[in-house]
Amino acid sequence: MTASRHRLFKPVVFLGGLIFGAGLAVSGMTRPEVVLDFLQFEDFGLLFVMDGAAVTTGVVFALAIRARGRAPLTGRAYARRLRSFDRNVLAGGAIFGVGWGLSGICPGAAYASLGTGNLPILWALAGMFLGAYAQGYWRSTREDQATGVPAD
Amino acid sequence: MLHELGTVASVGLGAVDLGALFPNGVARYAAGGLLVGLGVAVIYLGTGIIAGASTFLESTLSYVSELPRLNRPSFLASRDWRLVFTAGIVLGAFAYTVTLGGGLWTTDVQPWRLFGGGVLVGIGTRLGKGCTSGHGVCGVGSASRTSIVGVATFLAVAAGTAQVVAALGVTP
Repeated sequence: MTASRHRLFKPVVFLGGLIFGAGLAVSGMTRPEVVLDFLQFEDFGLLFVMDGAAVTTGVVFALAIRARGRAPLTGRAYARRLRSFDRNVLAGGAIFGVGWGLSGICPGAAYASLGTGNLPILWALAGMFLGAYAQGYWRSTREDQATGVPAD
Repeated sequence: MLHELGTVASVGLGAVDLGALFPNGVARYAAGGLLVGLGVAVIYLGTGIIAGASTFLESTLSYVSELPRLNRPSFLASRDWRLVFTAGIVLGAFAYTVTLGGGLWTTDVQPWRLFGGGVLVGIGTRLGKGCTSGHGVCGVGSASRTSIVGVATFLAVAAGTAQVVAALGVTP
């Protein structure tokens, strides 16, 4: 899987991560207090984080797709991020919403928050891994029952 | 006449009281959002991959768990670069914080909130097919209807939750 990758693949992913993480720190989303102020309608600035980011990606995605090019490091055709809609989007969104509203932190911001020296965020990261494992366990069990595939 | 209209317009804007809506201004927020979008764009233009943050949780668990759900081929194929992406996020935030960002910082939000909320974030983002970056930035940037509905759902529920928690007197 990794053998055939372009030698610049991981450096580019790393560079993107650096910019992404710096942006989260600049925006203040790494601080649960800032996110909670937003969710309590005391400071609507966070709208500019999400909108600024979504507009940037929207313009870049649209231009790349229109050019009908392929990514230089993988040969992949440029495409949009599309997911099928089902009840899980609503149920998962609601569960995520309760968690985000309780903690004031989401996954990317939690990684970045660790980089700002915020060690208590390890509580949130531990919780996120536990939650991701729990849903993986639950869905693995359910899918096994549904398809008859033995668990391994 | 035009001048009067201008005065009326500015008084009207003043009535909305932007200072109350944005007590810390908007520049820092917009600059941060632009950088987050640029980070996604760099990876996208180079690799064609749209990188959300929360898949890292499952793909990294595949290193230590045999659960079939956590060992889907897409996770096994991406888990190494997702580690690299996350390392970049941590170090990018660190680099900003120790240079222009005013130094290292620690939250006062209580551990039980961080942990309990984290568990629900872990379950919900994976069940709901995306998080703030996957749905909120990449999905909305793709004009995906699924993502727009997902974002509306988690934003509304998160605001309601935060306000209930605050009303119950939990601070911070």
